[in-house]
Amino acid sequence: MPELLQFLFSGVTVGAVYALVALGFTIIYNASDVVNFAQGEFVMLGGMLTFVCQAAGLPLPLAALIAIAVTSAIGVAMNKLAIEPARGAPVVSLIIITIGASIFIRGGAQLLFGKQIHSFPAFSGDTPLRIGGATILPQSLWVIGGAVVVFVGLWLFFTRTLTGRAVLATSNNRLAAQLVGINTGFVMTLSFALSAGIGALAGVLVTPITLTAYDVGLAFALKGFAAAMLGGMGNPKGALAGGFLLGLIEALTAGYLSSQYKDAAAFVVILLVLFFMPQGLFGARSVDRV
Amino acid sequence: MTMKLSPKTATLLVLVALVVLSPVLFPSGYYYRVGALIFVNAIAVTGIVILTGYAGQISLGHAGFAGIGAYACALAPVHLGLHPSLALLLGAAVSALLAFLVGRPILRLKGYYLGVATLGFGILISMVLNNERQLTGGPDGIEVPELGLRALLNDMGLDLTNGQFWYWFCGIALILGAWLALNLHGSPTGRALRALHGSEVAARTVGIDVARMKLQAFVVSAVYASVSGSLLALQNKFITPDVAGFMHSIEMVTMAVLGGVGSVLGAVFGAAVLTLLPQVLTVFAEYEQLVLGLVMMLVMIFLPQGLLPSILRRVRGKDE
Repeated sequence: MPELLQFLFSGVTVGAVYALVALGFTIIYNASDVVNFAQGEFVMLGGMLTFVCQAAGLPLPLAALIAIAVTSAIGVAMNKLAIEPARGAPVVSLIIITIGASIFIRGGAQLLFGKQIHSFPAFSGDTPLRIGGATILPQSLWVIGGAVVVFVGLWLFFTRTLTGRAVLATSNNRLAAQLVGINTGFVMTLSFALSAGIGALAGVLVTPITLTAYDVGLAFALKGFAAAMLGGMGNPKGALAGGFLLGLIEALTAGYLSSQYKDAAAFVVILLVLFFMPQGLFGARSVDRV
Repeated sequence: MTMKLSPKTATLLVLVALVVLSPVLFPSGYYYRVGALIFVNAIAVTGIVILTGYAGQISLGHAGFAGIGAYACALAPVHLGLHPSLALLLGAAVSALLAFLVGRPILRLKGYYLGVATLGFGILISMVLNNERQLTGGPDGIEVPELGLRALLNDMGLDLTNGQFWYWFCGIALILGAWLALNLHGSPTGRALRALHGSEVAARTVGIDVARMKLQAFVVSAVYASVSGSLLALQNKFITPDVAGFMHSIEMVTMAVLGGVGSVLGAVFGAAVLTLLPQVLTVFAEYEQLVLGLVMMLVMIFLPQGLLPSILRRVRGKDE
């Protein structure tokens, strides 16, 4: 029993990170129909910039704030420079643009920060907590708590504020939103800032556990993309469910079957789900207009 | 021009001229190797043209098939006693069979969902190649037996360096592959593929078996990727699981779209540009990724049709 609990703890921790990345995918997809493969680089930037600021002598909370702000600005710049000029391009072109952006950011990070692996101290020490015979790192609680706070915050933002509703309206029907006076350009900017910020926050929270380097982004992007698709692209609840599900599958496979094939299990489950539910678990059925 | 060439003949002539005449410009033997590499990539990219350019389907996992082709050439001669050339065929057959089996359920998906499914498929293959160490040698890679054709040619009095041999061998393979793809373009199957690219519903209405057509395009493009992987393995005499990795899949799609995914010549052009780019940038090795990312974004933003079609339009615009 403690064994299972242990695997669940690690699954939920990893799953929280995947869920955050998947949320980032979802927000940008809803605002612009673009799947942003550079989402993983935001996670890398969050961890990396925090390390750099902290190594420069800033206190950790300030360093983290700066990292999140800078990453958000990079997200906005990416939208203005690469996504908006290509509006209306076919899916393949958009995939290549965002992958190009991710390779560009990775290349820049390698140039600026080098190839070393970096980390910074955990927020509340490294003494594991004992729960029911299993142990959990205090940092894992930060990760899980962070994901919950972000999700509740987003839910409040989208349902309770005028700006949030404007974002929802834009994702439902861009033209109609423009007609009722919503500034959809601003919604795009906001979505990229929000999504990059959430990615960066995930990076800040998880780096003390997983460490960071210039090339960690791709893995996060693939897992986050997979999680978002598993849940059904465009649905925030789906992103959350997909993320945690993916994390749990990985942890349980690693624990009970084979740690080498933990990533394989995740993708096998995704393929199976898509075979039977082509729109993911919570995705809306799409109808072709002829 | 008085005589009007069909686009198919024109493409083939340009290709043959390119393969035959390029060596005149080579300053050293090293360029034969670069040329062969361009041809190998162009073969895989021609497969993507059939899948994405003709049929409009996305694959983010085609490197998986290249991995099967490559490891077939590494493993079948050792474990099954097959000649490497037969191993290439075996790899192509396995790839085709696998594409046939996974294609039907996967190709029901659309857009990004198709993207993630093919992505997952490619990752599964690269994971097997990475993890089954006792068979594949794991991430360190594995040696590939010699094809033996060059020795045969030497005996017949045709003395080629290793680089020259692979340049001509892959060049001929590419011309064959391009010829097949161009024939497919005009055939009933090709027309059906292009029809369903335009609108699946419309294609179905005029009696096209959409699912079967998509599956055919998927299987054919898988064979192209597999052969490309085999040729790469035989040429390098060594292969690592990177050949099946996600970045290789992306490379294939990028080459196709960068050059102009609608045409075979565009694909070859895209393969040439992206294969040459790292060679040119070796001087600035640390800037390689930065420049690659920048090129990908700029071409897609400013020349969404791809490099070759945009250049051709520019040229024709001036003619008229």
